[in-house]
Amino acid sequence: MSKGMVEVPPKGGFSFDLCRRNDMLAQKGAKAPSYRKTGTTIVGLIFQDGVILGADTRATEGPIVCDKNCEKIHYMAPNIYCCGAGTAADTEAVTDMVSSQLQLHRYHTSRESRVVTALTLLKRHLFNYQGYVQAALVLGGVDVTGPHLHTIYPHGSTDTLPFSTMGSGSLAAMSVFESKYKEGLTKDEGIKLVTEAICAGIFNDLGSGSNVDVCVITKGQKEYLRNHLLPNPRTYVNEKGYAFPKKIEVLLTKITPLKEKVEIVEASDAMEE
Amino acid sequence: MDLNLNDEHSMGTTIIGVTYDGGVVLGADSRTSTGMYVANRASDKITQLTDNVYVCRSGSAADSQIVSDYVRYFLHQHTIQLGQPATVKVAANLVRLMAYNNKNMLQTGLIVGGWDKYEGGKIYGIPLGGTIVEQPFAIGGSGSSYLYGFFDQAWKEGMTKDEAEQLVVKAVSLAIARDGASGGVVRTVIINADGVTRNFHPGDSLQLWHEELEPQNSLLDILNTASPEPMNF
Repeated sequence: MSKGMVEVPPKGGFSFDLCRRNDMLAQKGAKAPSYRKTGTTIVGLIFQDGVILGADTRATEGPIVCDKNCEKIHYMAPNIYCCGAGTAADTEAVTDMVSSQLQLHRYHTSRESRVVTALTLLKRHLFNYQGYVQAALVLGGVDVTGPHLHTIYPHGSTDTLPFSTMGSGSLAAMSVFESKYKEGLTKDEGIKLVTEAICAGIFNDLGSGSNVDVCVITKGQKEYLRNHLLPNPRTYVNEKGYAFPKKIEVLLTKITPLKEKVEIVEASDAMEE
Repeated sequence: MDLNLNDEHSMGTTIIGVTYDGGVVLGADSRTSTGMYVANRASDKITQLTDNVYVCRSGSAADSQIVSDYVRYFLHQHTIQLGQPATVKVAANLVRLMAYNNKNMLQTGLIVGGWDKYEGGKIYGIPLGGTIVEQPFAIGGSGSSYLYGFFDQAWKEGMTKDEAEQLVVKAVSLAIARDGASGGVVRTVIINADGVTRNFHPGDSLQLWHEELEPQNSLLDILNTASPEPMNF
């Protein structure tokens, strides 16, 4: 670039400026941070009234646990939820994207979303990226055609089964399902079985841990049981508490809550067409 | 032992298509593997393309599912435009065009089988690369290696429907016995002038071959108060 050129504001698109810096750092021996993966155990099963999804809550960055209580059960539609395993960014992005597409579709058709719609949108996207979007998903929901449970693999293939497990802890969880699953489970039996399967993953798989999240979807109703079970409480807490070192004088203490509770007033009139 | 769960989902598979006097019988095993782990032990590899044409899928699960989705969509349009059911030859050629034109990116072997009023029951094999071969019988998948000799000896012209189905079940069961990537249950689909019949042969109903042991009830049955009912598919 000649120095006489006028400064033009940068147009859109990826800026490659930092690539040289990254190369230089890599040459000097600094390792790039590894992807944040949800090591994970995710499961789903069909019971007599609908679908139950379960997930652990550990997110790992290489060997380090970066989030002890993350949410792996993602909202897709009021009647459809999706558990995600694999690269956290990929599962979040793909479920958010398809959730928006489903909402637009609902506005377009004035109907409740169907699970197969979400399934097709997800599988097409993942197939188009030939497995580079590393998201392994368990999609479950209840729509007018009944309860559905599907697994979606990163390359875009899907399976439809009465019970399924995904993630690094899938083998441990599948062993629980294969021994104890039967058709026509009640809601409590189903939740108990899902919790047992996730616990098997939490305790036997290093990539899964912390707490159990459960989501029960039935016709017209869903129950998102966040932290349904907390089998890994923090047992040791330092009694001394946190105190500044003696040399430092505290002049002012001001605590600002970060989230303000907002009162939502329901709109009085529905929008006219 | 490295299970490598990040491997692509592939159907090791044994798939078979056989013509008989009056129609065709398609058969497949039900194992889908990811590396060394069986991701789905009860998958359905025989997929519908139209009312009278079905396809057996093998190779990459994602590739074969997407190809059959596209062909089902094209055939639906074709049926509307034609005004009558599509022929097996058209269905097979659409599959072949998808497989040939995308040969660098796809890894799937397919067997298209069906019945139409012009040619009756027909089987078309479409292996990797996108060739189309019309055959009286076709075999595919990793388990098919063990069946070439068997079919040379056991295949005959002009079988009845029951003979053909028994042949297919026997063949898939032999391949399951010898191929690690095939297993589970045997699914068959019979297509003829009267319509389509789907059959399910659970793994423990299959004949035992050389050195195979009787299935035993798991001791886990003692744990459950009632023994679990077999799943219906």
